[in-house]
Amino acid sequence: MSWEVVIGLETHAQLSTASKIFSGASTAFGAAPNTQASAVDIALPGVLPVLNRGAVERAIRFGLAVGGTISRRSVFARKNYFYPDLPKGYQISQYEVPVVQGGTLTIAAAEGEQVVRLTRAHLEEDAGKSLHEDYHGMSGIDLNRAGTPLLEIVSEPELRSAADAVTYARTLHALVRWIGICDGNMQEGSFRCDANVSVRRQGDSKLGTRCEIKNLNSFRFLQHAIEFEVRRQIELIEDGGTVVQETRLYDPDRGETRPMRGKEDAQDYRYFPDPDLPPLAIDEAWIEREKKYMPELPQAMRARFVATYALPAHDAAALTADRETAGYFEAAVESLGGDRTTAGKLVANWMLGELAAALNRDGRTIASASIHADGLAALLRRIADGTISGKMGKEVFEAMWAGERGGDADAIIAANGLQQISDAGAIDKVVDDVLAANAAIVAEFRAGKEKAFQSLVGRAMAATKGKADPAKVNVALKRKLAD
Amino acid sequence: MIDASIAELSASLRAKRFSSVELTQAHLARIESLDGKLNAFISVDAGRAIADARAADDSIGKGENGALTGIPIAHKDILVTAGMRTTCGSRMLANYTSPFDAHVVDRLARAGTVLLGKTNMDEFAMGSSSETSYFGPVRNPWHLDYVPGGSSGGSAAAVAARLVAGGTGTDTGGSIRQPAAMSGVCGLKPTYGVCSRYGLVAFASSLDQAGPFARSAEDLALLLNAMAGHDPRDSTSLERAEEDYARLIREDRGAKPLADIRIGLPAEYFGAGVDAAVARAIDEALAVFRTLGAETVAVALPNVKLAIPVYYVIAPAEASSNLSRFDGVRYGHRAATYADLADMYAKTRAEGFGAEVKRRILVGTYVLSHGYYDAYYLKAQQVRRLIADDFRAAYAKCDAIAGPTSPTAAFKIGAKSDDPVQMYLNDIFTIAANLTGAPALSIPCGFDRSGLPIGLQLQGPAFTEAKLLDVAHRFQQATDWHRRFPAGTE
Repeated sequence: MSWEVVIGLETHAQLSTASKIFSGASTAFGAAPNTQASAVDIALPGVLPVLNRGAVERAIRFGLAVGGTISRRSVFARKNYFYPDLPKGYQISQYEVPVVQGGTLTIAAAEGEQVVRLTRAHLEEDAGKSLHEDYHGMSGIDLNRAGTPLLEIVSEPELRSAADAVTYARTLHALVRWIGICDGNMQEGSFRCDANVSVRRQGDSKLGTRCEIKNLNSFRFLQHAIEFEVRRQIELIEDGGTVVQETRLYDPDRGETRPMRGKEDAQDYRYFPDPDLPPLAIDEAWIEREKKYMPELPQAMRARFVATYALPAHDAAALTADRETAGYFEAAVESLGGDRTTAGKLVANWMLGELAAALNRDGRTIASASIHADGLAALLRRIADGTISGKMGKEVFEAMWAGERGGDADAIIAANGLQQISDAGAIDKVVDDVLAANAAIVAEFRAGKEKAFQSLVGRAMAATKGKADPAKVNVALKRKLAD
Repeated sequence: MIDASIAELSASLRAKRFSSVELTQAHLARIESLDGKLNAFISVDAGRAIADARAADDSIGKGENGALTGIPIAHKDILVTAGMRTTCGSRMLANYTSPFDAHVVDRLARAGTVLLGKTNMDEFAMGSSSETSYFGPVRNPWHLDYVPGGSSGGSAAAVAARLVAGGTGTDTGGSIRQPAAMSGVCGLKPTYGVCSRYGLVAFASSLDQAGPFARSAEDLALLLNAMAGHDPRDSTSLERAEEDYARLIREDRGAKPLADIRIGLPAEYFGAGVDAAVARAIDEALAVFRTLGAETVAVALPNVKLAIPVYYVIAPAEASSNLSRFDGVRYGHRAATYADLADMYAKTRAEGFGAEVKRRILVGTYVLSHGYYDAYYLKAQQVRRLIADDFRAAYAKCDAIAGPTSPTAAFKIGAKSDDPVQMYLNDIFTIAANLTGAPALSIPCGFDRSGLPIGLQLQGPAFTEAKLLDVAHRFQQATDWHRRFPAGTE
């Protein structure tokens, strides 16, 4: 019996505003507890919320990026429940009319490209944090995070595996960073997912009972949590049991999900429109204004890279993983100049080869790479014009990365005398010297030992400390041996 | 000097017939001798008042005084004040002091008023009698066995007993106008959004509005001039050009100053349920308006009878959510012992809130519950629009609507405490203005056989405060009801 897995994700992306969604307090991460909680965030008697337009701008940009409908009028609602880190006793969210409705996200799913439909995206405020350790049996409350702006992005239940769910989350993560609305820092909780998971027998049209796994703040946890949950549900049904609708938590230490609260404990949030906030009106002019801030989107850029630079699709995808990488690529190609296809290919090879390896080795991102796009282009120019060999290029790259000679490719080449020897006279002289000094090997060659030729090339290269143009050495050797 | 209006006091201060310190001391002395009986104040800060008065006298000395410089006032204890506790008449906030001033508190302070203290009220403004306060009931200065009305009964009683020259209240369903009527003073609920709600501890956010109490319509205008104004901290505060609410009052329009005013009389405000003495006083007031040139016309408000049920869905719904923040976690009362978090919440709120507040939280929680929302809250919002439509239609035929503020004069303390529905009916004529957001005021217009005051309500379309105040002022120029003072306390 085969099973179909059905997954929908609810993703909370923290919007990158300097201040909170309904107060002027800072959203900076890592401050001492409760130092970034204003009277509004603490919910002192008499305070009122004022909407941060920056949060709305970011929501509009998201709507534009996914091709959703941006509501001309959306409504903030109160979601009422008691919890010590929820100061007002309600969370201001959007319920019946969200700011963005619909839209799609195209992902590279296991079975090929998949267009995942989005249900909605709505604005809401984050709660504070409860700290249950180190307080001698009491709980600590930190309200710095209370009121942080979030965009909750809800997908339709169209994902069919843990791997596809992760691909969706990664694609969404890349998109919100690409359009600059979220810093995507998962360790700091800026991007976290809830997964709704159910299974059904292949061919069933009715959805199975779902469980919601809360607060998955890494792609690895997302993958493991879903995989565990799918196994659990299938085993449960195959053993004759039934899945109970409930909210579950993933325990990364044990690698399992466990129940948090059941349906019967589901709270009645008593949603109603927040009378402190007028409906959010977004007119055409506002949307047009935000369009001006929209960068070329990754999908479009990918297609353009394939068309303009004749790059393979997977190279184009890798180079558009984030805006910094794409920007680096285009800047380096521009700086290198010449034929676009040749330059594009060369830059792509070096970025995905040496540069990626160096970044990975040092645990850096492209924004903090030791070699800037202009620097890489200066190096590649010397390879393209034959000043140095590709092999020498790698040495120069390492020297640049280490900051030698101010990272200047030409200075490093000159200082170390790395210029390729391609002068015919010089090469002839080297070859003559090698032939004269290695009569035995020449004899082997003449006796029909092909390997002896490579040995002679090697000796010529060694004699020039690798600087001779190997192709020219080859030609010269062949010519002289044929004499 | 304590009998004078704010306008008269201001002129005397300017003429240096007495100082603000002397004026303030006279009022503090009255509080000292009379408030033991009235219980109008929860907090009095004489030191701060004298300091405010000195600063006011300095300004007057430099000729920098405005219409309110040096005038002693009091704030309802639901408007937060830095440095003076704000209790909302509740055990929950019995020891709570705000780190900031409410917008209207700040504006009145900047206008040079002298703050004497904070006035008693129904707990969290939920009530029509000022009996539900954790700090005990307020008594009516006209008769100490009677309630002063509510919920802003402390401010109404303090102005009536001349403990202050003016004061503030808040009005969610009549909480300024009804106590003004029952205490024989003037009270105004401005158009929703004219005064910022920042620092007004929310009861029902879509209905709450702060407004002034005083002994004349002219004084109300002077206080409103200081209180009104846009506040970016309140998203429902309106951005309007500054307005002088006393401008029409200053016009000289001869013997028939209301010649171009049509006063609408809804049959719904003159039917069964209105006490005979109240009906007679209103009729006599209408005769005065006609003498002043006004025309009275019949209008109909067929849906206004639904105002009370609509209000008792919407207001508790909003209140149940607004009062959730009083959970014992960050400030306010917290139970001394509890087993766990749920028990902490339950005990804290059971101990911190009084019966009426709990009743409304329960009602509000119920009407917002899953499966009931459409039948109650949504339906109430729809009827709210029907009521607004009624008023729009009526105002096509008239400039203002007149009637009794309350169907009866004040009742005895305890008389309606056990019957919430009877208590709620006190607000039958005042609630509609909150549901529609329109301005309305109450002025004294007579007394019943027991010598208890009767109030006349004037309502108008949004932003017609200046006109309503002018109509009230012309009435007060022709009558002296507002110049009568209670002897019951002295």
